[in-house]
Amino acid sequence: MDKVILAEELSLAYNSEETIISKANFAVSSGDFVFITGASGSGKSTLLRSFYGALRPENGSLIVGGVEVNNISSSKLNFLRRHIGIVFQDYKLVKDWNIGKNVALPLIINGYAKDVSDIQVDKLLNHVKLSHKIEKYPQELSGGEQQRVAMARALAHNPILILADEPTGNLDDYSSRLIWNLLEGANTQLKATVVIVTHHIPEDLAVEYKHFNIEGGTVYEIN
Amino acid sequence: MRSIKNHLSLIIALFSIVFTMQIYIVIDRTVVAYENDLNNNYSVVVVTKKKMEPKTLVSLSPTITSAKEISTKEVLTNLQSQMKQRHIDLLKLSLPHFYALHLNHYPTPSELQTLRKRLERNAEITRIEDFAKSHDTIYTLLLLYKSISMLFAIGIFAVTSLLIIKEMRIWQFQHNERMSIMAMFGAPVWMRSAVLFRLAIVDAIIASLLAIATFSYADFTKVGSEQLRSIGVEVQIFELVNDGMLIVALALSLSIILATLIVIGHKEEV
Repeated sequence: MDKVILAEELSLAYNSEETIISKANFAVSSGDFVFITGASGSGKSTLLRSFYGALRPENGSLIVGGVEVNNISSSKLNFLRRHIGIVFQDYKLVKDWNIGKNVALPLIINGYAKDVSDIQVDKLLNHVKLSHKIEKYPQELSGGEQQRVAMARALAHNPILILADEPTGNLDDYSSRLIWNLLEGANTQLKATVVIVTHHIPEDLAVEYKHFNIEGGTVYEIN
Repeated sequence: MRSIKNHLSLIIALFSIVFTMQIYIVIDRTVVAYENDLNNNYSVVVVTKKKMEPKTLVSLSPTITSAKEISTKEVLTNLQSQMKQRHIDLLKLSLPHFYALHLNHYPTPSELQTLRKRLERNAEITRIEDFAKSHDTIYTLLLLYKSISMLFAIGIFAVTSLLIIKEMRIWQFQHNERMSIMAMFGAPVWMRSAVLFRLAIVDAIIASLLAIATFSYADFTKVGSEQLRSIGVEVQIFELVNDGMLIVALALSLSIILATLIVIGHKEEV
């Protein structure tokens, strides 16, 4: 099976004095559903950020989607990111754009035609039960609704890899369940590799998953 | 509503800048017109023993553009009723020649001194009248106008800089987040900045059109032209083609510089 993420002796740090992840070795294969857990401040989100090139490895090597992230050029990084869907804990929706345009963002970036993009946006908003709010702005939505929009945006361009940082951290049960269903669906139906950073792994998941835990800067796989 | 609010902040800033710039242009144009008016009405009068060729006088200084003999006929005609023809003929023979020297610009007092010295070196010239006292008074007034105009230009620069810095901060705040989000989804720099540049260009055009309309109206209604005419100055407040192009160019350049600075200063969130 192809490796979507391959880390060898990977060390991450925001400055050279303070290493957050130390000499991690792990692999995520195509089609995997992966959880990364750990205490607050353990480096879960930092590790996730390195997967989309927002943080470059301090040492070791990190290959994502067949591309080495260490010294990646900005054009290659953009190309890599166009194949990734990201869900952030704080949603990161564009406040000046309505919901429809927010969901369409990856489609616009990937050069989809307007009519194709419109159909895809309608379909996804329907999926996250927000098609009636297509013209609304993010501030007019609840936290749970905003996260559903962010989820729809992450799935819009059928990415090979979905990265989610605490996707249900602040959500009510209904929105949480909807997000988990969408992530599972992306994995089983769209065959996307899903990597989720979370404090809590839901018990009623229908998919098989891998579990990495971070402790003291070391990444362990839990079987 | 949201979109209008976003546009208005930049349109108002750009309008203020191009408006003040055009006011400065009008003031500068007035000062130049006043200076030209002074120069047209000013000449140095020289008295020579013998008749001299105007080109000889012109060659005495590069400041002199033309020399014209002042006819004595009129004076002599006035004297005809009081003097006998014989005396007038004698007077005609002994009368020196008068020349008005026109200059290429209104001279400063020191330039006038230099010119005087050059003319004095010529043996044929017996007397020079440069109307120095009245010249100096007028020149001081002109300097005052120029200083005010310069102060105004400095003021414009300060206001422009402040407005640009303020606007840049607002824009950085408004656009940084969107640019970061777009970057996380792999948008190339041109695409992340496209919205910013489109907004900048549209706002610059709107601000320019507003300024052009305002000054065209002022020009059409001849605002302040009567006051200017009273000091002998006639200027056009707004030249549609030249000033209009300058306004559009300034507004576009400023907004594009502003957008470029934001794109350069943009740091991706990590």
